[in-house]
Amino acid sequence: MSAITPDLLQRHHITTSEYETILKELGREPTLTELGIFSVMWSEHCSYKSSRIHLKKLPTRGKLVVQGPGENAGIIDIGQGYAIAFKIESHNHPSFIEPFQGAATGVGGILRDIFTMGARPIAVLDALRFGTLDDPRDGARNRRILEGVVGGISHYGNCFGVPTAGGECVFEDGYAGNPLVNVFALGVVKKEDIFYAKAAGAGNPVIYVGAKTGRDGVHGATMASAEFTEEAMAKRPNVQVGDPFMEKLLLEACIEAMKTGAVIGIQDMGAAGLTCSTCEMGSRGNVGVEIDLMHVPQRESGMSPYDIMLSESQERMLLVAEKGREEEVFAVFRKWGLDAATIGVVIPENTMRVKNHGVVVAEIPNPALTDAAPLYDRPHAVPPYRLAPMQGPTFASHDLGTDLRKLLSSADLCSKQYIWRQYDYMVRTNTTLGPGADAAVVRIKETGTSVAMSLDGNGRYCYLSPREGAKLMVAECCRNVSTVGALPIAATNNLNFGNPERPEIMAQLVEAIEGMAEACSYFETPITGGNVSLYNETRTGGELVAIYPTPVMGIVGVMPTKSPVPMAFQNAGRDIVLLGGLGACDETRFGGTQYAKQILHDLWGLPPALDMALEKRVQAAVRQVIAEDLAESSHDIGDGGLAVALAECCFSPGGVGANIDLDSNMRAEHLLFHEDPSRIFVSTSNAARILNIAKEHNIPALVIGQTVPGKLTISNRGKVMLTDTVAALRILWEGALEKLLQPASRDV
Amino acid sequence: MKFGVVVFPGSNCDHDAWYAVTANLGQQAEFLWHDSTRIGGVDAVILPGGFAYGDYLRCGAIAKFSPIMSAVRKFAADGGIVMGICNGFQILAESGLLPGALIRNRGLKFVCAPVDLRVATLNSPFTAASNKGDVLTIPIAHGEGCYIADERVLDELEAEDRVLLRYVNNPNGSMRDIAGITNAGRNVLGMMPHPERATDPLMGSTSGLAIFQSVLSSAAVASR
Repeated sequence: MSAITPDLLQRHHITTSEYETILKELGREPTLTELGIFSVMWSEHCSYKSSRIHLKKLPTRGKLVVQGPGENAGIIDIGQGYAIAFKIESHNHPSFIEPFQGAATGVGGILRDIFTMGARPIAVLDALRFGTLDDPRDGARNRRILEGVVGGISHYGNCFGVPTAGGECVFEDGYAGNPLVNVFALGVVKKEDIFYAKAAGAGNPVIYVGAKTGRDGVHGATMASAEFTEEAMAKRPNVQVGDPFMEKLLLEACIEAMKTGAVIGIQDMGAAGLTCSTCEMGSRGNVGVEIDLMHVPQRESGMSPYDIMLSESQERMLLVAEKGREEEVFAVFRKWGLDAATIGVVIPENTMRVKNHGVVVAEIPNPALTDAAPLYDRPHAVPPYRLAPMQGPTFASHDLGTDLRKLLSSADLCSKQYIWRQYDYMVRTNTTLGPGADAAVVRIKETGTSVAMSLDGNGRYCYLSPREGAKLMVAECCRNVSTVGALPIAATNNLNFGNPERPEIMAQLVEAIEGMAEACSYFETPITGGNVSLYNETRTGGELVAIYPTPVMGIVGVMPTKSPVPMAFQNAGRDIVLLGGLGACDETRFGGTQYAKQILHDLWGLPPALDMALEKRVQAAVRQVIAEDLAESSHDIGDGGLAVALAECCFSPGGVGANIDLDSNMRAEHLLFHEDPSRIFVSTSNAARILNIAKEHNIPALVIGQTVPGKLTISNRGKVMLTDTVAALRILWEGALEKLLQPASRDV
Repeated sequence: MKFGVVVFPGSNCDHDAWYAVTANLGQQAEFLWHDSTRIGGVDAVILPGGFAYGDYLRCGAIAKFSPIMSAVRKFAADGGIVMGICNGFQILAESGLLPGALIRNRGLKFVCAPVDLRVATLNSPFTAASNKGDVLTIPIAHGEGCYIADERVLDELEAEDRVLLRYVNNPNGSMRDIAGITNAGRNVLGMMPHPERATDPLMGSTSGLAIFQSVLSSAAVASR
């Protein structure tokens, strides 16, 4: 009854050599169900087969790390007996196929990763990438994808009751056929209440809880591991449908069940569903799990073992309880109105055994699925893919004020209020600094400490130089956390890249990982987990479009709970101190800036130069300034450079502006808009003390001007470069996104 | 004073309300489980925000049949103080304890933002401690907060001085800018904004204290 044909292997994305390994490991031909199990466990999404070898280069240890990569989420000690669990995950492919549900289930998946560790989620952030909204060809679709994704995040997070407290959103043509939806979640847990996804104790019952299993999402993990073709849209049934109310019940019930003491280990069923949880829980505990599918609660009749094992129905958990105490667990789930059923038992041998009505349909040694999983050192000895030239065009600004207005009303730099007003960013009454700030800050009521979080990615920088771009991203992310006064302590990463089977793409991945490793070591932010999303390419009309290499970093920091320093100027008549100095730039290093993108519609050269030692000192200095309560406002210089950062600080309700006079030899375009890192400015009534702190930290610092009512003026050596009213700039900045999303063509 | 905070399975502002009245107002509080039929010895009931039973059907349409709501009905009929916040307001409207209905926001999108509210009357236990015309800055966070009722009901509410709070800049299309109302007995409050989110200086506003302090001082007067 040999049923495994080459065609079947191809449809499961299993290569001939991978199939040979399967035959060797099993010593026989697999059943169809077993083939399905191998295909999802060995998919790129689950096995990291292309990236694993390089991920080992990332720093994962540190004295605060309680749990590094390998569990559902990383865990960091924050003192006083408490810890935080956090991770970032992508849901890129589903969000292209069905934006609303794709994004919603992305939120659901990462939340389960957090509360399966025993931690109650207290914040969500998201990093989004879409195609350009006013693109003549794809604009309408890009706008629809954005509305759908934002709606899905809002729907799921708001109902579940977790604040979506921040994030970032960037637009490039390359994301038109392949948007990125990376969702970060963070939870808090008492150290003694941490749970692990580990089975133990032969004879202990294996209990299924949560939503019933349907056919939705069968093969989601393999879908996420192949590049898109237009036909892939036919895979819409592969996208799962989220039920945030069910997830909320699951959260409360799981946390309550854990408190009974009867739960030994627990894992959510995410990608690869029951397959992954059954295998991994056994494997981590060096035992096995045996289940009988007839006990699995099912939503539809006639499901085959193959369907049940590969279903990615949402809002489900698998847990191992102490034998004899099942009833305590069941009682909790009954209270919350949830299905719970014993579907199997822990067995001593390190094997996954699946029965259907008593008949074995799959029996695979766990190591065959995990340890024997393919590991590829894919060729990458070529320069990373890039088409951009080193030399840029010659250019001269017509009017620097017009340039600033254009930048502020660009989709990348304008206010994202249209998006985050749809998120309940305040629920749980912990958000002391919400969306739109340099970093989101959420207090932990139990400890008097607050957690600052920032997500950052810069595909343009990474396209020009994956290694330098990744380092800049880590630096910026840490800087954002420091800018609100918190000490960066740990990281999570999401690696969004194209097809790793192309050496020039693989080279991007390797370079980025190495850059990230170097920077995370330097900034002492170990990476405690994350996600790799490859094959982010779309074939449209025969042309294969890869996204920019887009690693996304999530950094968390801690600080004592107090009213946070706002980004915007608070009062007129204060000195503005620039920590880190004016920086430097040349024509080559200007090619990746927002000025090059929005004004010159070009991309060339190299990303800005980063001096990590200086960066670290600038961050230490600003943290001290904030700890000494010297700053009334604080903001770092990022995309768009000095002028954009200054404008952003003018948009407080009071509309306090600034009068700046610089002293520089740089050409005006560079001076105003270059994106050299390691620069933060604060407004203060005690500039002298801040300049002293800067001296102590051995960093350049200077007073660049004063806050004034209602106007932003920037001069160099007394000559005005640009001047505008805060009110005029604010209208452009606040309204731009809504305008782009609702063009006049809507009336047609 | 002791507050009872009702917990539906999908309530997600229950802990916030509990924290506001205990930590920020120094009062006592206990949770009341949705399938309980008894309210016990509390002085006021809070129906908090959230998605009671998922609200995939009309908001509050299932909650009105829950066991705890029959107890809340009785409690209100006996003159007990009931505060319905956001989803709680939707449930009270569905239950018929308050007139009118809450429908999709005018912009069809969920809106989360601090909004300004004008205190329209002091003639209620929920506003007695403010000043007429005071502007309170209290956040909203809802997708279905547009208050509607027929003209006769709206006229009646106004004639009887039962509109307690109005939006200064209407964020959701509510008729006559109504943000909060009370019943004929003046012991049941329904409001879409979240006063519990504005009771701690760290959260940016303490305007919500005015609502809770009104309840406290009214209770103190009543028990004198």
